[in-house]
Amino acid sequence: MSDTLFDKLGGEAAVNAAVDIFYRKVLTDHRINRFFEDVDMEKQAAKQKAFLTMAFGGPHNYTGEDMRKGHAHLLKMGLDDSHFDAVVENLGATLVELNVPQELINEVVAICETTRNDVLGR
Amino acid sequence: MYKLTIEDKTYSCQADETVLDALLRENVNISYACKKGTCHSCIVRSPDSPPPEEAQAGLKNTLKKHNHFLACLCHPEQDMVIKLPDQSDFYTEGTVVVNEMLNRNTLLLIIAFKDAFEFNAGQFVNLQRADGLTRSYSIANTPQESNTLEFHIRRLSGGKFSEWLHDEIKAGDTIAVSEPRGHCFYLPERREQGMLLVGTGTGLAPLAGILTDALAQGHSGPIYLFHGSREVEDLYRIDEMRQLAEQHQNFHYIPCLSGPHVPEGFTRGRVNDVALATLADLKGWRVFLCGHPNMVNQMKMMTFLKGASTQDIYADAFLVTPH
Repeated sequence: MSDTLFDKLGGEAAVNAAVDIFYRKVLTDHRINRFFEDVDMEKQAAKQKAFLTMAFGGPHNYTGEDMRKGHAHLLKMGLDDSHFDAVVENLGATLVELNVPQELINEVVAICETTRNDVLGR
Repeated sequence: MYKLTIEDKTYSCQADETVLDALLRENVNISYACKKGTCHSCIVRSPDSPPPEEAQAGLKNTLKKHNHFLACLCHPEQDMVIKLPDQSDFYTEGTVVVNEMLNRNTLLLIIAFKDAFEFNAGQFVNLQRADGLTRSYSIANTPQESNTLEFHIRRLSGGKFSEWLHDEIKAGDTIAVSEPRGHCFYLPERREQGMLLVGTGTGLAPLAGILTDALAQGHSGPIYLFHGSREVEDLYRIDEMRQLAEQHQNFHYIPCLSGPHVPEGFTRGRVNDVALATLADLKGWRVFLCGHPNMVNQMKMMTFLKGASTQDIYADAFLVTPH
């Protein structure tokens, strides 16, 4: 039996290790931090955790519809591919910082890619 | 199948249902959104017994301690009594024993109770006038043998409740006090952790309680208290805090003034700027923020960016009216 991506990354402990590092990167990234302003920080952190769980191949029940609804207000602020790329870049940098092997990072990035069109409302 | 009891009503929770599923099926008015433990909208409390551990995933330790849990993640393991967040409070009658001024606009109010009043220093209660007018105030002391609660009440011009407390209430009067609320308090764990306390105005009240509690419980890490206002006349408890700092090597007190006149012994600047300039790295620190909402919100973000974990940042659960 082969381990899932989520297991290989270290499961929920890996999400917990990554969430603060990732969220800090996003908040200090001038390309995208305006999309994360004016929101309750605790709720944001919880959302980032849910996002990472999904991106790590862990248990989640996000649907494409959830993704569309959740980002519709950001599209009005101008959310586009460049911002999506920046978020994925920050996630990749977070995993590099945590010494995750490149082939697993590639798998995480691939999962993120599957959400691109829903996030961007296409 | 387990029974769920809310006030005087009982509902059944089927084997495959979460508490949230069951309450929604029974048309109980409960707030919720994501149904997967992310948004924390459906947070409720089990006052009588600890909820299943997995229903507390992602909650702050102080919330866990008081048996808060997420209804959407909870598969009951026994019958449960559940308190919804907006459920009406149980009020206890207290008697005013002290009302005196702490400075030119802040009243010290001490209310005594017949029986023990259980709370954690840093929590808040609702005070209620006979006509039903209600306001939230932070408790400023630690649990006492005398069963008293201490409050710091700033006079707000045009503020009905604070003007009533300042102008009319006197020793011997009674006042209704709710059960304690909020999760901004000290837990005696990781005592070697650095602790940063930042408050403006009467934001000192909960911080003073938390500080007293932490020192009494033998917190050994460095503790920094930054208390700010515009003018020195609006600070209070200055001498007591300085005395505490002399008695405890690990406690540092930095009173800050943002106005033009800064006497010796005080630091010039806004309390948030001074705190951030003093402490370069907050990795591993516990942070408590109370007072003006702009300060609190900005500091939540800044202390996080300086390294504090989101789990370790605590703030007033209610909004202080800006002065």
